[in-house]
Amino acid sequence: MTSGTILNSKLFRIFFICAFFLTAGLFPKVTFAAENGPDTSKTKFDAKAMILEHISDSHSWPVAFPFVKEKFLPLPVILYTEKGLEVFSSDKIQEEGSVYAGKLHSYKLETNHVKVVDASGKVDEEASKKVWDISITRNVISLFLSIVILLIVFFKVSSSYRIREGKAPKGLQSFLEPLILFVRDDIAIPNMGHKYGRFMPLLLTIFFFILINNLMGMIPFFPGGYNLTGNIAVTATLSAVILLVVNLNGNKHYWKHIFVPNPWWLFFIMIPVEVVGIISKPVALTIRLFANITAGHILILSLISLIFILNTIWVSPVSVVFVVFMDAIELLVAFLQAYIFTLLSALFIGMAIEEHH
Amino acid sequence: MTGMIGTLAQAAGVHGNIGALSAGLAAIGAGIGIGQIGGKAVEAIARQPEAISKIQTNMIIAAALVEGVALFAVVVAAFLSN
Repeated sequence: MTSGTILNSKLFRIFFICAFFLTAGLFPKVTFAAENGPDTSKTKFDAKAMILEHISDSHSWPVAFPFVKEKFLPLPVILYTEKGLEVFSSDKIQEEGSVYAGKLHSYKLETNHVKVVDASGKVDEEASKKVWDISITRNVISLFLSIVILLIVFFKVSSSYRIREGKAPKGLQSFLEPLILFVRDDIAIPNMGHKYGRFMPLLLTIFFFILINNLMGMIPFFPGGYNLTGNIAVTATLSAVILLVVNLNGNKHYWKHIFVPNPWWLFFIMIPVEVVGIISKPVALTIRLFANITAGHILILSLISLIFILNTIWVSPVSVVFVVFMDAIELLVAFLQAYIFTLLSALFIGMAIEEHH
Repeated sequence: MTGMIGTLAQAAGVHGNIGALSAGLAAIGAGIGIGQIGGKAVEAIARQPEAISKIQTNMIIAAALVEGVALFAVVVAAFLSN
């Protein structure tokens, strides 16, 4: 067998991938050192703290590549205090216990929250409550990144539709056209009937926004690795949009169904139930997306931290195999949750605009 | 209910977190649900092999909805265990 055929054989590729991950497992202290402070070797590995740090928001962006020590990109901290705005870089308070003396107060980072510190170096809870933190955090910057990616992709695709009008789609266009047609033919039309056109921009935006964030969350290194759709504030905002759209577009049959039950004397039980129904639908959407994505992240991180809990590299083959398996499932879940969120939104809107028959 | 489980756990000498227990119970429910969906889907495919693609999509959607309910319970469990 010549070297060319060895390099091209499937078995060799699998071995190569396994060898790569196993050697990556040999240097746990390099890649994970920054997460537990400087003396990882002495302190016990705290899986819960590591997982919570990974899935929650933070004031700096960790940049991790294999075999390179993790670095933190500083992000701007913007605080709205009663005396005015305060803007500074987060690397001034990033180091544990460091205090930054700003124009109006002194600040310190405590469990990922910016707290006001008084002259003696103690945290002033009263003053901290008055400060509104509107910083560009990791989630905010990842939101901007997703928006930029979506804008670039869709402006490119729409311009190629204009240029190549009447011709077969090509490149990125031919990748996205089936997805767009899928949203139209399998989500919008069956649930909303002939009035689907007005809601297509909303449904497409929601579908692709959730999809890109789910997929970016699955990339473990720098441009990805964030947990935006696994943040309950983001999913709650998305469902609040759905709540508004459903109720502002509800026709008279929709409101009649809620406030005039069929045997009218049932009103004292039916009206509260229906009003709770208005609220509970978007809440269910919020929790479903949040919980699915967060659970996926927690599962993958726990499987990886198994190596450090048992403190031996011989667990790493098991861990890596399970993580690859879970990643494959998460890829399915990423598409599925974007689909389900859009499908249920279309269903709720369809129920609100349905004509009586 | 919670009190009863707590007393039972104390009597049996088990100590730990009630949140973990509720997450486990939710997993049982989701397991039954997804098992039913998968079993019926396989039955349906056996009856009508030509409808496999439609059955599969519907099966996956239903499974994801059931899984969503289980994850609601996990979220509540996470709040309980604090």
